[in-house]
Amino acid sequence: MYTLDSRLRGNDVMNWFPVWRRNFLVWKKLAGPSLLGNLADPMLYMLGLGYGLGALLPDVGGVPYLNFLAAGTLAYSVMNSASFETLYSAFSRMHVQKTWDAILNTPLDLRDVLLGELFWATSKSLLSGIAILLVIWVLGLYEDFALTLVLLPVAVLTGFCFAGLGLSINAVSPNYDFFLYYFTLAITPMVLLGGVFYPTTAFPAWLAAVAAWLPLTHAIELARPLILGQWPQGMLLHAAALLAYGMAGFVAALGLTRKRLLR
Amino acid sequence: MSPLSLRGLTKSYGGQRVVDGFDLELEPGRCHGLLGPNGAGKTTTLRLALGLIEADAGTLELLGHALPAEAKLARRRVGVVPQVDSLDPDFTVAENLQTYGRYFGLSAKTIAERIPALLDFAGLAGKADAPILTLSGGMKRRLTLARALVNDPDLVILDEPTTGLDPQARHLIWQGLRRLIAQGKTLLLTTHFMDEAERLCDVISVIDHGRVIARGSPRELIAGHIEPHVVEVFGEGLDEWKACVSGLCRRCEQAGETLFCYTDDPEKVVAELEAAPGLRYLHRPANLEDVFLKITGRDLRD
Repeated sequence: MYTLDSRLRGNDVMNWFPVWRRNFLVWKKLAGPSLLGNLADPMLYMLGLGYGLGALLPDVGGVPYLNFLAAGTLAYSVMNSASFETLYSAFSRMHVQKTWDAILNTPLDLRDVLLGELFWATSKSLLSGIAILLVIWVLGLYEDFALTLVLLPVAVLTGFCFAGLGLSINAVSPNYDFFLYYFTLAITPMVLLGGVFYPTTAFPAWLAAVAAWLPLTHAIELARPLILGQWPQGMLLHAAALLAYGMAGFVAALGLTRKRLLR
Repeated sequence: MSPLSLRGLTKSYGGQRVVDGFDLELEPGRCHGLLGPNGAGKTTTLRLALGLIEADAGTLELLGHALPAEAKLARRRVGVVPQVDSLDPDFTVAENLQTYGRYFGLSAKTIAERIPALLDFAGLAGKADAPILTLSGGMKRRLTLARALVNDPDLVILDEPTTGLDPQARHLIWQGLRRLIAQGKTLLLTTHFMDEAERLCDVISVIDHGRVIARGSPRELIAGHIEPHVVEVFGEGLDEWKACVSGLCRRCEQAGETLFCYTDDPEKVVAELEAAPGLRYLHRPANLEDVFLKITGRDLRD
């Protein structure tokens, strides 16, 4: 028998941690290939485009193209990592392996499960960000080392944002193929309009207005100045936007997943 | 205190009542069975009982806690064996138990101390480091049972624990469940298998259309609902023979090519059958399946 007393002792705030830890332990088994995947794809983009395309281009925004591209690659890589984790991997756990169902039979509830997934995807995407940051450091693609350290919290916010959004898409997905819509209709437009490969200053006003609303734009508006040696303008606004997108996504995910699994 | 008490439980989906005024009061230390055709509301009832979904009406109490408000608290003392396999394929046998134990807030040390006994119980001693993919269906099921015991629960809820297993594997599971009952745990299981319910359950609730239509021990159900003897008759000339036998048994039911004669006095029927050499027959005592078919009907449920 549990009394009121033991109820108060229960540390509800950290209930998500065993879920995070479960994912971490599975990841640990395959950490090598996973890290390589985190690194290889964005590195090839950055180096291929940076050196290849960069050789044809004059300085972009006053810096070599490779330096310009670094911030975009970091944000893009973090976004991708959080999205893949909350779509394909989380879907496997929810729908195929029934891991979430198993956990819901224990004292944990759906909020604990989704928080664990949210924080796990954020952690994993931070790792992607760190991998790119290492390349940036090694190649010296920065102006002020101290400012590049601020990229760590930027990566956390970006990962959080796309983890929240990804979980809400996961909640309504009937199968793996569905994620292609999200990548085609949300992720790819963001990569093309958010300023990963080129500055968005040349956009006509209406297109710039659309781009300004995209979550990835906010991430790049934070990351790029930090690499170019300046504090970002409107830093709090961009940070708040990422946080808001992530939280909205998470709240939607909670409601939609509850409808899906617990009705 | 009853480990689980459900009163007047109702749950509808899209205007259809899946659970319809369901009552259930578990007795501590006994094995309770929910028996019913597909779609009778068994799994929905279990999900309600765990506080996973909310009832439209009715009161629920699980191990002294009102549901769904205190569901998380109540589930600390409950073990669940779900219908669908949900073991972690990326983990070994022992890692599965460790990970699951952590969901209950158990310390690594406590779980590690419990693992040898759990593996022993599940007949998986020596398999601690085996990957899940190398286990047979029966082993996976036994591990799922061991996993449900990692928190040393007072109540174990099992949703079709032996569906899909071969007879050997089923017997091993039954053995385990009987040991749990002997240890004083309360069991609540759903099953399609009459022999399983007959062997394990102290109290059986037959449910259909979301409500309990009969309840009692296997013997009570058989004695209360059906004639003690059954003669199953099949073969050439059944139709002609059927006409002359109706006076000899209390009730006759034809299902496909078999005639079921329910009777208090099987000798007369058997004597009659001796005179019809084209027919084959099987005389047996009535069992739970006869009760089940009588009260839920022979129609197929999908």
